[in-house]
Amino acid sequence: MSDEQDVITSIKSPSYLKYNFTAGAAPARFLTQIKKGVLTGQRCPKCSAVYSPPRGSCAACGVPTEEEVVLSNKATVQSFTIVSIPIPNNPIEPPYVIANLVPDGSNISFIHLLSECVNAEVHIGQRVTAVWKPEAEWDYAMDNIRYFTPIDEPDVPVDKIGKLPVTGWEG
Amino acid sequence: MRDIAIVAYQQTDSVSDAGAVNEVELIMPVLQRVYKQVGLKSAQDVDFVCSGSCDYLQGAAFAFVAGVDALAAVPPIKESHVEMDAAWALYEAILKIRMEQADSALIYGFAKSSPGELPIVLSQQLDPYYLAPLWVDSISLAAMQARLMLDRGLITERDMAEVVSRSRRNAMNNPHAQLSGDISIEDILAEETYLSPLRKADCSPISDGASAMVIATVEKAKEWGLPYAVISGIDHCIETHNLGMRDLTDSASTRIAANRAGMNNGVVDVAELYAPFSHQEIILSRALGLDKHTVINPSGGVLAGNLMMASGLSRIGEVFNRIVSGEASRGVAHATSGPCLQHNMVTVLEKAGDA
Amino acid sequence: MANLAAVVGIGQTKYTKERGDVSIAGLVREAAVKALDDADLTWDDIDAVILGKAPDMFEGIIMPEIYLTDALGCNGKPMLRVHTAGSVGGSTALVAASHVQSGMFKRVLTVAFEKQSESNAMWALSNPQPFSTHLNAGAGGYFAPIIREYMRRSNAPYDVGIKVAVKDRLHGARNPLAHLQKPDITMKEVEESFMLWDPIRFLESCPSSDGACAMVIANEELATKSPKPPAWIRGGAMRSEPTMYAGREEVSPQAGRDCAADVYKQAGITNPRKDLDCAEVYVPFSWYEPMWLENLGFAPEGEGWKLTMEGATSLDEGGDIPWNCSGGVLSSNPIGASGMIRFAEAARQVRGDAGAHQVEGAKLALGHAYGGGAQFFSMWVVGSQKS
Repeated sequence: MSDEQDVITSIKSPSYLKYNFTAGAAPARFLTQIKKGVLTGQRCPKCSAVYSPPRGSCAACGVPTEEEVVLSNKATVQSFTIVSIPIPNNPIEPPYVIANLVPDGSNISFIHLLSECVNAEVHIGQRVTAVWKPEAEWDYAMDNIRYFTPIDEPDVPVDKIGKLPVTGWEG
Repeated sequence: MRDIAIVAYQQTDSVSDAGAVNEVELIMPVLQRVYKQVGLKSAQDVDFVCSGSCDYLQGAAFAFVAGVDALAAVPPIKESHVEMDAAWALYEAILKIRMEQADSALIYGFAKSSPGELPIVLSQQLDPYYLAPLWVDSISLAAMQARLMLDRGLITERDMAEVVSRSRRNAMNNPHAQLSGDISIEDILAEETYLSPLRKADCSPISDGASAMVIATVEKAKEWGLPYAVISGIDHCIETHNLGMRDLTDSASTRIAANRAGMNNGVVDVAELYAPFSHQEIILSRALGLDKHTVINPSGGVLAGNLMMASGLSRIGEVFNRIVSGEASRGVAHATSGPCLQHNMVTVLEKAGDA
Repeated sequence: MANLAAVVGIGQTKYTKERGDVSIAGLVREAAVKALDDADLTWDDIDAVILGKAPDMFEGIIMPEIYLTDALGCNGKPMLRVHTAGSVGGSTALVAASHVQSGMFKRVLTVAFEKQSESNAMWALSNPQPFSTHLNAGAGGYFAPIIREYMRRSNAPYDVGIKVAVKDRLHGARNPLAHLQKPDITMKEVEESFMLWDPIRFLESCPSSDGACAMVIANEELATKSPKPPAWIRGGAMRSEPTMYAGREEVSPQAGRDCAADVYKQAGITNPRKDLDCAEVYVPFSWYEPMWLENLGFAPEGEGWKLTMEGATSLDEGGDIPWNCSGGVLSSNPIGASGMIRFAEAARQVRGDAGAHQVEGAKLALGHAYGGGAQFFSMWVVGSQKS
């Protein structure tokens, strides 16, 4: 043993913990439909707002969301950002667009990717539609929808975003 | 200082696996029941909300944020959270009421312990440089504590089995209990040890569930016209984290907290002690100086079902239930946190005084 | 009526990317000892300790108060650990104050910390959850779209965020404790920095810092005897709202407005810009300054950016309502501590103790913190006078 020892200034202590995750009941219903290629929301029995994806409750009313509502594949851009750094564990190449999208028939937005678009032309109120992965790849996962892409429909005015029916928007 | 009254308490069943239920789905039913007990519609009807939970039990950072979705927090509410058992959330709520920023409060605690391997998860509560890298699980630490007790002749295995037998029998009267039944001391002693000297029966089970409570000033409780129990004293105390530097066969902090809470100002009819291991119930009851007059853990205690982050609140709730039912006039509820009873809270409850 | 309480001691560690010379226990103790020294007190003078930090998953220590009790002289005393996401530093200060304001304690110590160099905050924040139904794009991915909506509504010029980024770093250059020391920063440098989440550039974002902040809070009798001027707590408030619900106003959350209204009412403030001398506000991305100027009632809706552009919030430009003279979150961000740093820096101002970033004659200051999806807010107002 040498007389002079290096001072220890840090240790690396790897941490491994195993968890058996379950989805909540409401997310499980949503994911079961997504596995079949159907985008759904759930309606609050008190205020009638439709949540997609459902999180278990209508947060405004504090009650479980119940009635399942099939939504359209079309959605509106509520807001967005162009991201230049990679998402951990996601293969997508920067720069890419992440947007808050409200599918027709829903009243809240969720975050998803926009692609097959000109980043500089993405704007609030833009109409987009879901592009799904091939059916053989569908799982209990939101990324069955690979991304959303712009469609040729008139923009939605800001005050109507989040209020469109499932039948869509003519302009 | 304002007198604090407990007016309502509800608990979900303690189950080994709640299944496909997320945090908000776990909380909503018990909140609805506690609102109903008081006659409230939502968290909007109390002045303050405080919850207790631990992200690591579910394995997701910000798990507690999901809880806010259960509260109907629109318009915004006064709400806070501790990453501790909800008994400490109750404590924070009492401070709020005593500084007169609230007249009433909702407290809740919840956990799904089933997703993870709880004893291993709890090893990461320990000193991150010296102890956590050893991954010493919580049962092993308790087992060492029990070994100390046995080797010093402070308890026998029979004493431990007696605690288990009594807890399971008491739990037969608890509709929410997970483990209950008539099991004799001999049956328990016949079992092989699990983590010597502990048998499986000496350890609380892994449980999922939630509990909720509503407190208010005594004036408010009277205004609501509800039966209530008064919190006549509450205090908590933490000891050194270094297991080698404290007497693990005693619980000095429980005694200190009990004294500061005024436990000995009167008779103790009932005591609900948060003892996740049978030998710890003996440590606690000795530290509190409880005698044969006191009924200990009539609910079965946490050996019958251990709702992590809610069991401390549940002990207070169980004493509350027995006071408003008339079964007891005065009781003590204990909550604990950390390895081998490191941090302890004692709450003293009394029946409502004459109007 | 709540009992009066005041800040009588403040301690902060130097904020930096990595404090390789101390353990977590050492880090918090350093801040705590500084606060005790500032108040001319010893550990025995403290009745209870209140600890705050962001998610346990950052450093991987579950319920760290259990480990830190020895470092914080808390054995034999009550210890509480508050956790309200990013606003935690602020909420912790409020809960600590409530120990005294309730009359249950005379003098308490409160500490908030984050040792980000020993943690993996990025991982903890974006750790993919099985069955998660949402894409996790990190804090920037969440806030950038909201900022974009603010820009659309207000028609603010593109460089408002750039101006804030420069101002706060110039303020930080006056504060030897600040992590980022950029006395020569320019608008051009910020504008040319890498665009992370459009419209947020690298230099418009906060750093990742190690640090701890501590305060000693005492009752009226003890504060009056304190050697240095106390910062009297004139108001404190917390509000929470859900992350998502139909029709939620995300740019100027209701919870922030309600929280501000509550704390102003307590402190007798009717016109924040005029009645307050300065403010320490949680601005982790530069555009949040104009947004919070509106949310907190310093400017009418849609006009917060005007105050920024005219230099009203700049100490260097002689603004009438300097914001974040300490350098703010944009100069130092140990996440769990940042809220308490805002509260502590507000207290330093009214004690006349803010050194080179002191606002002359500051008598009343606001401390602000927020967290989660801009849904948890905590605020306090401190003053050099009791009322």
